[in-house]
Amino acid sequence: MGKDDVKLLSMWASPFCMRVKVALAEKEVAYEEILENDLMGGKTELLIQSNPVHKQVPVLLHDDKPVVESTNILTYIDEVWPAKPLLPTCAYGKSRARFWADYIDRKVFPAGRNIWTAKEDGQVESARKEFLDILMYLDGTLGDKDYFNGDNFGFVDILLIGLTSWFPAFEKYGGFKVEDHYPKLAAWITRSYARKTVSESLTNPEKITNFVGMMRQMYGIE
Amino acid sequence: MAGSEVELLDFWASLFGMRVRIALAEKGVQYDYKEENLTNKSQLLLEMNPVHKKIPVLIHYGKPICESNIIVQYIDEVWQNKYPPLLPSDPYLKAQARFWADFVDKIYDAGRRILNTKGEEMEKAKTEFIDGLKVLEGQLGEKPYLTGESFGYADIAMVPLYCRFYALEMIGKMNIEKEYPKLIAWVKRCMERESVSKSLPDPHKVYEFLLERQKKIR
Repeated sequence: MGKDDVKLLSMWASPFCMRVKVALAEKEVAYEEILENDLMGGKTELLIQSNPVHKQVPVLLHDDKPVVESTNILTYIDEVWPAKPLLPTCAYGKSRARFWADYIDRKVFPAGRNIWTAKEDGQVESARKEFLDILMYLDGTLGDKDYFNGDNFGFVDILLIGLTSWFPAFEKYGGFKVEDHYPKLAAWITRSYARKTVSESLTNPEKITNFVGMMRQMYGIE
Repeated sequence: MAGSEVELLDFWASLFGMRVRIALAEKGVQYDYKEENLTNKSQLLLEMNPVHKKIPVLIHYGKPICESNIIVQYIDEVWQNKYPPLLPSDPYLKAQARFWADFVDKIYDAGRRILNTKGEEMEKAKTEFIDGLKVLEGQLGEKPYLTGESFGYADIAMVPLYCRFYALEMIGKMNIEKEYPKLIAWVKRCMERESVSKSLPDPHKVYEFLLERQKKIR
């Protein structure tokens, strides 16, 4: 039987790419990572051909067939490599996981972006409040569980953990610490980072924070 | 009276609600339809969807499922023994269907902004909307449905917008019928399905409703 040929078009700072890396690592799927240029370079021909509609990373190429959009890619990975499922097995459990996936995708990163792109104190304050309000629901749904998925690290955990590499940047420019407001969520971040699949897939948050600082200078925010 | 196994909290003009109505009809699932007053939401809605407080919400044996595309997937999985399948079984084709359903959400968002904004903002929304329709026209190509030979998930996600084409043409000053022949042919094909024709309200009624709503916003 032929071996799966799996490639990932990614960019080092993208939390959406980090999600896919964690998922592939959890499933023990070998892959080749092809790095796209960051802000300075143009998009490669391979990226434009593989994702002609959005021209964005991450793109998973499985036997040269492209799958795009990180949450979609995670679902695909879970279906193609079903051992150690990331999603719950029952339809209702799946719908709850997808609900929180949708919530995270729609709200967390845009709210974080509002923090580091805010120019005035008033804007920073309202962006910080919005971000913390969004986390409140996540903290609530996590509750006393080890992971969003229950006892096992899963779909929702992977979707959120990639974004946490940007949290120190949000905290720095927003003037807050997640652990002061949501200790359970902070404990979940620590617990998840203890997994090799996470620590080896996520970019060092310090590197991200420096990158955000550079973008702020580029955009004339500081 | 005994509680119904399946209830749908909905609003007659909601595109997202229509997606769920179509999916339930495709599978032949009986359900209790509850019309919500969106200016005075019911206690049930607020309890069943405390995070977003929005319709549609499907309630199955008392448990809520929220977000239209998630509900459609749930319906397909729970009633997987009922023909037709709404999503393909092949993971790659499934991923394609999900991609196009997500893309449709962006077109919906642009359409909403055409109806709710004016001036430069509206023009920007129109450009995004038109660009989105052009991509769909290209995606359809010679295929009968958005992702192939069978009516499914991506079609269900998109087709409710048809009931707003008239309103979008009038308010946005566009001509969708003329510019997108493949899309219109696809709409007609979908409307031949009873699940679709019975789930979409009359476009003129929708236009009047949207005009009224616009007056209140502006």
